[in-house]
Amino acid sequence: MSEVKPDTRDSELAPPALAAALAETWRTPVGLWGVLAAVDHKIIARRYIVTAFAFLALGGVLALLMRLQLAQPEARVLSPDRYNQIFTMHGTNMMFLFAVPVMEAMGVYLVPLMVGTRNIAFPRLNAFSYWIFLAGGALLWIAFVLDMAPDVGWFAYVPLSGPQYGAGKRADIWAQMITFTEIAALAVAVEIVVTVLKQRAPGMSLDRIPLFVWSMLVTSFVVIMAMPAIVFASTSLILDRLVGTHFFNPAEGGDVLLWQHLFWFFGHPEVYIIFLPAVGMVSAIIETFARRPVFGYLAMVMALIATSILAFGLWVHHMFVTGLPRLGQSFFTASSMSIAIPAGVQVFCWLATLWDGAPVFRTPLLFVIGFIVTFVIGGLTGVMVASVPFDTQVHDTYFVVAHFHYVLIGGAVFPLLGGIYYWFPKITGRMMSETLGKCSFWLIFVGFNLTFFPMHILGLAGMPRRIYTYQPDMPWYGLNMFVSISSLVLVAGFLVFFIDAIRSTRVGVSAAENPWDAPTLEWATASPPPSYNFAEIPVVNGLSPLWDQPGCLMVASGLRTDRRELIVSTVAAAKPQVREASPRDSIWPFWAAVATTVMLIGSIFTPWAVVWGSVPVAIALIGWFWPKATPEDES
Amino acid sequence: MALLPSSVLAGCTGWQSAFDAQGASAISIKQLMVLMVVICSVVWALVIAVLIRALWRGREQVERSIGPDPVIERRTARVVVAAVTATVIVLAVFTVVSFFTTRALTLAGHDDLTIKVRGQQWWWGLEYLGPTPDERFETANEIHIPVGRNVRLQLEGIDVIHSLWVPGLAGKQDLIPGRRNELTLRAERPGAYRGQCSEFCGLQHAHMALLVIAEQQETFDQWMRSQRERATDPSDAEIAAGQQVFLSRPCAACHAIRGTSATGTNGPDLTHVGGRRYIAAGLLETTRGSLAAWISDPQTLKPGNNMPMVALSADELRSVSAYLASLK
Amino acid sequence: MKTRVVADFSGLPIHGFRSASVTWWGTLAFMLIEATGFALVIAVYLYLMNLAAIWPIDAPKPNLLPGTLVTVILLVSAIPNYLTSRWAEREDFRRIRIGMVLMSVLGTVPLAVRAFEFPALNVNWDSNAYGSVVWALLGLHTAHLITDLVDTLVLAALMFTRKGDNVRRFGDVQDNAMYWNFVVVTWLPIYGCIYWIPRL
Ligand code: HEA
Ligand code: HEA
Ligand code: HEC
Ligand code: CUA
Ligand SMILES: [Cu+2]
Repeated sequence: MSEVKPDTRDSELAPPALAAALAETWRTPVGLWGVLAAVDHKIIARRYIVTAFAFLALGGVLALLMRLQLAQPEARVLSPDRYNQIFTMHGTNMMFLFAVPVMEAMGVYLVPLMVGTRNIAFPRLNAFSYWIFLAGGALLWIAFVLDMAPDVGWFAYVPLSGPQYGAGKRADIWAQMITFTEIAALAVAVEIVVTVLKQRAPGMSLDRIPLFVWSMLVTSFVVIMAMPAIVFASTSLILDRLVGTHFFNPAEGGDVLLWQHLFWFFGHPEVYIIFLPAVGMVSAIIETFARRPVFGYLAMVMALIATSILAFGLWVHHMFVTGLPRLGQSFFTASSMSIAIPAGVQVFCWLATLWDGAPVFRTPLLFVIGFIVTFVIGGLTGVMVASVPFDTQVHDTYFVVAHFHYVLIGGAVFPLLGGIYYWFPKITGRMMSETLGKCSFWLIFVGFNLTFFPMHILGLAGMPRRIYTYQPDMPWYGLNMFVSISSLVLVAGFLVFFIDAIRSTRVGVSAAENPWDAPTLEWATASPPPSYNFAEIPVVNGLSPLWDQPGCLMVASGLRTDRRELIVSTVAAAKPQVREASPRDSIWPFWAAVATTVMLIGSIFTPWAVVWGSVPVAIALIGWFWPKATPEDES
Repeated sequence: MALLPSSVLAGCTGWQSAFDAQGASAISIKQLMVLMVVICSVVWALVIAVLIRALWRGREQVERSIGPDPVIERRTARVVVAAVTATVIVLAVFTVVSFFTTRALTLAGHDDLTIKVRGQQWWWGLEYLGPTPDERFETANEIHIPVGRNVRLQLEGIDVIHSLWVPGLAGKQDLIPGRRNELTLRAERPGAYRGQCSEFCGLQHAHMALLVIAEQQETFDQWMRSQRERATDPSDAEIAAGQQVFLSRPCAACHAIRGTSATGTNGPDLTHVGGRRYIAAGLLETTRGSLAAWISDPQTLKPGNNMPMVALSADELRSVSAYLASLK
Repeated sequence: MKTRVVADFSGLPIHGFRSASVTWWGTLAFMLIEATGFALVIAVYLYLMNLAAIWPIDAPKPNLLPGTLVTVILLVSAIPNYLTSRWAEREDFRRIRIGMVLMSVLGTVPLAVRAFEFPALNVNWDSNAYGSVVWALLGLHTAHLITDLVDTLVLAALMFTRKGDNVRRFGDVQDNAMYWNFVVVTWLPIYGCIYWIPRL
């Protein structure tokens, strides 16, 4: 489209010509180059989501292997060594390669659309983030295939993971995989924070931000404050193992519990990093399907913020049996309990929304109903284990395993699946099947409860977690067999979901712009959105723009079409400030990721990899930032 | 959640179960647990009732409401505030009750007996500390305690972190290298209480059980006295041959048998191994046959454990297991 | 969907400074991440100190000279740093060039002195936990010195190419100056921690 002259404004072009001109400007090149150089947030997010779901399937297969081994006493399906690798892989994979990335990816896809901008802030960083995430995942799974997977649990307590007891490179691979996923998550967090604060559509003041966007903003701040702890922890673990530092060695002034403090200072907020975006999805879905705005917007926002702040004050509840002063621990009982207040506020507001709304029972809403039923169970068992004496009986037993699967699957995966059904048309342009959707919902809901509810009882009946087998004279056999069989129902449900998703990308019914009659901006553009998201930047003057003015979107004009332009607005009132340029595609983030990967993997083996490896990293970064002669670089 | 009470609570006890509380701590924790489970079940039932009602009600409506009626909104707000207030009250009750339960557990009075427990991969070393040094003695994997007395366990992690958990008697406590923890047990009724390591500690975390045997004071005193004794001398030729095998083979490098020249400390003290109910941290019941099975191939029975296979002839194996079985 | 044009943004500037620039906010976010990291390592230092019977463990106190020298140089560098940022704001290209050269030098000198700081700690990273944590603190800060120096050098080089005279680059100069301030400011608590806490 070279006929578009420099400095052509959108107002000068008729709609079809405008679309063509924007499409040319925002185009991602085709072919291998395009794949490696893409910076479109939708393309990156799609990759992220697909990859994360692939990890879910892999992690689920590991879960099945564990269930196979545990179905009978003294089974010999897996050797103890393999079992230990598998539960470590399962936990690590589910937390670091599935749950956190998939939530961030949903944010990467939806936040720019929901705030009415054309691309995420720092799109190249976004591309970089995906490659790094992929490399981290590949590292872990290749290690697993080579029988070198970590075998120390997803929180890798020292000294078991330390230089003396963690033989080989297994714990190093775990620690370095953490570094990869943390870099990726931090990058996305920065992008989302800046996108939400600075790129909102004109008029979208703080009190008009959709709740999902609020949840992603709050989550991103939690990532920013929590992840440095695990980066430092995993780095010092590698240093202890590789160059003989003594952070965790009590014989030389280090401390074993220091690891636990560092890990859980991150690890507890981590669970809210997974949970808060899910909460945002629930609000979005409830709003659309209860056909009214969420009750108590301000209370919901406050609850999100309160949760994120409290999240940093209760890490010790994972360490109630480590012998810290008992009465000091009571403080952490109180703080852990208090986090149930914002959780309660949210649950009550959702119930109120449904009560005063006119619910439409489509698959997304079903998953949300399933979420409420199961998450409240998980939350209540959370309150139980927050009590120190209660926890001394159930800590590190299947009761805790039940608690966290209820909150993770019931509290985060259910909303996520609902969210996938809900936003699938926006992502692919096609609807998923209602029939298969309901079928998968019921299989998952029933299978889930049958699988995980009995684990509470197993835990109270004395079954510790992370045991590869148990003896025939323990009274756990029947329930374990039951759990294992039920997990097949659960997996069948997931299978139906996967089949439906894959099938619908090709044969699903084509979706209109706004198939669910939803209120937020992502539904104001085509499904799937064009590369530039919006032909004209929306202007917002309410919380539910598409309901306030049905069928008509207020927009602004005056942006250039020959360079990638978007609007930067003020933080609070979202008053437009600048027509800022958004970077074009670039291969450098890919090279930077390759260089970083080489450096990080090398440093598992020798500290010199950091020194020499940083040179190519620096070169790639310079290439990345070195200005190119594009219209975006004008001033 | 509502399913939990009666039926299951009654039906699912075992000898390693928090349901089957027979120790002072476990009993008060169980009361707390029942209270919390019941209240939480009620909370859950209420939430679900409201949810069902809300969904049912909504079916009648068809219109989307973007500008909800302010009167209804205000009424709803009052209900939500009331629910949040109720939540705060319930949480306050839980906090206070667990605080007092914690206090009850910590201030359990003075101790009548102190035992040093060393957790190591994957067995429990025990040292009974008497008032004088020669009343101390070593044993492993089986703790005897007198009923109705406070017994203080000094917990030490030798290699990695372990956690001592005997659910019938008390909550768990970690054994952490470089730190000292304590746990006080008091059994209210005689019996054998199984416990198991509950902090992941490597390959054989699954097979790191221990047994607490609570017995009346006289029986306990008798047991103490016999444990302080050195090992009984061989009473017949086969057993004497077994002792010879034990002392001349690598066994003595790792195991101690008081009264012989075997003083190793890498493995459990075997002075009275024949009198213990289980060998290898709960793996097998102690019989001559199981001893022989263990000694002939510990790595198949408990893969990865720290006792190597020592090649013995069939005769040697027979005699050494007879010898160990005789060490009551 | 039908659209109705309600505003015209053709008059908006096409590049913003400071809080109107997304890179500024990005830099701020990264500073928040790194500040959290520094705070954590200091917390770890205090935690380990709290556990130890004597502190420093088995080592003499660190020598004050090199660290103090670095502190002085860093503090002095804040002045030209401030000026460079001002010149960037005024789009004074000639002075920006001078400022960037100056800042490249003032970035290199503390790094050179830093090389003498590590031996002046009087302890090795693998001697004990005290050694590990002071090396971690110093190493972490040095990593920041190096990254910002590289950034400064690249920007300085850019200023002497055709692409230099561009308001966007001036914005980058400002962000770089802000980041240098961050590197200077975070050094102060670290300096206090490494050199003065053992002397308390
Ligand atoms: C999405 C993830 C998620 C979420 C949301 C939560 C939520 C909570 N968790 Fe959970 N937790 C995990 C994931 C999560 N957790 C994981 C992964 C672990 C284990 C890690 C490991 O060891 O591997 C864990 C472990 C864990 C422990 C440590 C247990 C142990 O190891 O011994 C504790 C202890 O306090 C705890 C507490 C809580 C509490 C109080 C909440 C609260 O936020 C819950 C609040 C919600 C409700 C209470 C329900 C809604 C409220 C109402 C309906 C109002 C009415 C309520 C009342 C009147 C009480 N969690
Ligand atoms: C979000 C996180 C998440 C999720 C979704 C799950 C899902 C499941 N988990 Fe997970 N689990 C954890 C997080 C999670 N888990 C964590 C953090 C731990 C602690 C680890 C540790 O102790 O270190 C743990 C531990 C854990 C244990 C305890 C192990 C032990 O202590 O020894 C068990 C035991 O039953 C278990 C079971 C299951 C089961 C049956 C599922 C099921 O829901 C799985 C359902 C199945 C699927 C999702 C896959 C379905 C798809 C297919 C089969 C298609 C495959 C084919 C293709 C299309 C390619 N988990
Ligand atoms: C290298 C050290 C080592 C050697 C040599 C060794 N053992 Fe052991 N032994 C152990 C360890 C460690 C255990 C604990 C294993 C466990 O339960 O995990 C053990 C356990 C046992 C037990 C069970 C004790 C109990 O109370 O549970 C018996 C019996 C035993 N060994 C006998 C022998 C005999 C007989 C020999 C020689 C033929 C021998 N051991 C050689 C280290 C050793
Ligand atoms: Cu010892 Cu687990
Ligand atoms: Cu937690």
